[in-house]
Amino acid sequence: MFTAVISLTILGSAMGLFLGYSARRLEVEGNPLVAEIQAILPGSQCGQCGFPGCAGAAQALADRNAPITLCPPGGRAVVQALSLKLGIEANLSDVKDSVPMIAEVKEEICIGCTRCFKVCPTDAIMGAAQQIHSVFREACTACGKCEEVCPTESIKLQPIPVTLQSWHWHKPLAQGATA
Amino acid sequence: MKLFDLRGGVHPEGKKDLSADRPIRALPLPKRLYISLQQHIGAPASPVVSVGERVLKGQLIAAAQGAVSAPIHAPTSGIIAALGDHVAPHPSGLQVPAITLESDGEDKWIATQAVDDPFALTPEDIAARVGAAGIVGLGGATFPAALKLNLSRNSGVQTLIMNGGECEPYLTCDDHIMRERAGEIIEGIRLIAYAVSAKEVLVGIEDNKPEAIAAMQAAAKESAVKIVVMPSMYPMGSEKQIIQVLTGKEIPAGGRPADIGVLVHNVATAFAVQQAIRYGKPLISRIATVSGGAIKQPCNLEVLVGTPVEELIAYTGGYTQPAARLVLGGPMMGQQFTHTDVPVVKGTSGVLALTSKEIGQAEPSPCIRCSTCVRACPVGLLPLEMASRIRASDLASAVAFGLKDCIACGSCSYVCPANIPLVHYFNYAKGDLAAQERAKLKQEATKKLADARNERMARIERERAEAMAKRKAAKEARERAAAAAKAATEVV
Repeated sequence: MFTAVISLTILGSAMGLFLGYSARRLEVEGNPLVAEIQAILPGSQCGQCGFPGCAGAAQALADRNAPITLCPPGGRAVVQALSLKLGIEANLSDVKDSVPMIAEVKEEICIGCTRCFKVCPTDAIMGAAQQIHSVFREACTACGKCEEVCPTESIKLQPIPVTLQSWHWHKPLAQGATA
Repeated sequence: MKLFDLRGGVHPEGKKDLSADRPIRALPLPKRLYISLQQHIGAPASPVVSVGERVLKGQLIAAAQGAVSAPIHAPTSGIIAALGDHVAPHPSGLQVPAITLESDGEDKWIATQAVDDPFALTPEDIAARVGAAGIVGLGGATFPAALKLNLSRNSGVQTLIMNGGECEPYLTCDDHIMRERAGEIIEGIRLIAYAVSAKEVLVGIEDNKPEAIAAMQAAAKESAVKIVVMPSMYPMGSEKQIIQVLTGKEIPAGGRPADIGVLVHNVATAFAVQQAIRYGKPLISRIATVSGGAIKQPCNLEVLVGTPVEELIAYTGGYTQPAARLVLGGPMMGQQFTHTDVPVVKGTSGVLALTSKEIGQAEPSPCIRCSTCVRACPVGLLPLEMASRIRASDLASAVAFGLKDCIACGSCSYVCPANIPLVHYFNYAKGDLAAQERAKLKQEATKKLADARNERMARIERERAEAMAKRKAAKEARERAAAAAKAATEVV
């Protein structure tokens, strides 16, 4: 019995020392999860989630203080990626991703004030003073910042028009019970 | 020749007798043609004509754009009436850019360049001519043919398989082109074989086309082209399946036929290749079957690309009863459409007007896991498992079950005793996955832009701060100097 007590004590203290040492030695500064979550988020710092930028949102997500459906421009793809990363079941039906939007300039009433392109987080707006502005569709994340600052309501979010390339069959309606 | 077994497959009612003994007739010249700029897989062609311009038959009107694309030529002579949108031959009914050509009734050809000895051309030259003639896969996939030739030549193809399967019910256009134009097809096949230096050439024809087999055998007698009679089964005419039956080889998941040294072309494509190389004629017309229970006189027509479908239906005598569904292509894999002013495109193999009895739509009932679909699947997938995952919006596990290998042949939907629209589930899932993939790519791109902007903003801020600090330091230095000077004068 004596040997057992001694050997367990030695074993325990050795392991404790090892763990204590490695905890100091291998200490991680900050939560690595935050960086990983931030990599998933769009990074346009639009603030639609209510947090100061994507870094703030990532911190809140890592602390489990925010739902994973918080990011409107990210849409369903981001929710799914976050659900995988955080191991949280996502209710995709809550995500309003049915009509992806995009900013569009009404050229008749654009006065070329340059306010929108100054706030665009992805440099998706092209323009100069007294010139009609235009939106690069591929770069627009529909964050809506331009819409807020436009003095003439010339720039507005519109649903992305469906083309032959983006059209696909809708999901079959579950009539009765199928499959 | 020994044939290999096809996994799965179904035996739908052929219905080919409706149009099988009608020889090919040319459709009278339509007044207006709507030539879609997207008649092939890849980037749409870009117009090289302007409104009001007079064009001749066979003149280039839209040039290929980018690596995967095909040019488009005027199907007849006339005046360009408009460059604008026209309804696409697609189930969405969306508009696509199209060229509207008003025919002048003269049907006058542009000067073409005939070649007396096409086998004196280099393989590269043949591929280039095929590309310039705007030839795409006429079996329905519409992949630019020249690209396939170049890819196959570079990867060293051993076997050239010519697809004369035509396993879709109703369609008899390939049957008739083989019966009536076998000599031209064999020459086209030899040209393709020469262009890719294939060692072995097999033409697979289903045994329900005895006349076509006889005609092709007679035409191929003196060449190395081998005609192989295959059992009739759906989907025998699918690329992966015909390779499996004729060579016993299976394309690896996500691979191409060239990976196992095989190239597959449709027999109608061989005819188009022969016309392009020997006579310099671009692809401006094709043979299409007009059939279905609602069509008065089903037949095979040679139609110009861009002809509105309503002209085809009117020429065959119109409907006997209201059509419950209109389909472009075959009933198993074709695209349904609603507007009859959709134009014929290079890939239109048939126009079907089906009655409600023929489509036999019934309410789906619950899956009882009878696994009839598993036995029917020619790829060896589990359609019932994939569909239940997709129904629960779990696309990732549907992919794990092999969704991406599904060829959308519709065999599973055809045999399902519960009428579950299985292939509809798979088409939806593939479309949704592609949309997600696009969204992801866009997100990555916009993220880079956002990072670049943030960095730029930080740099501007930093530079401004530095400039300010510099100015401040300079001002202080000036003040100090002034104070020192003042002190000096006071001392003096």
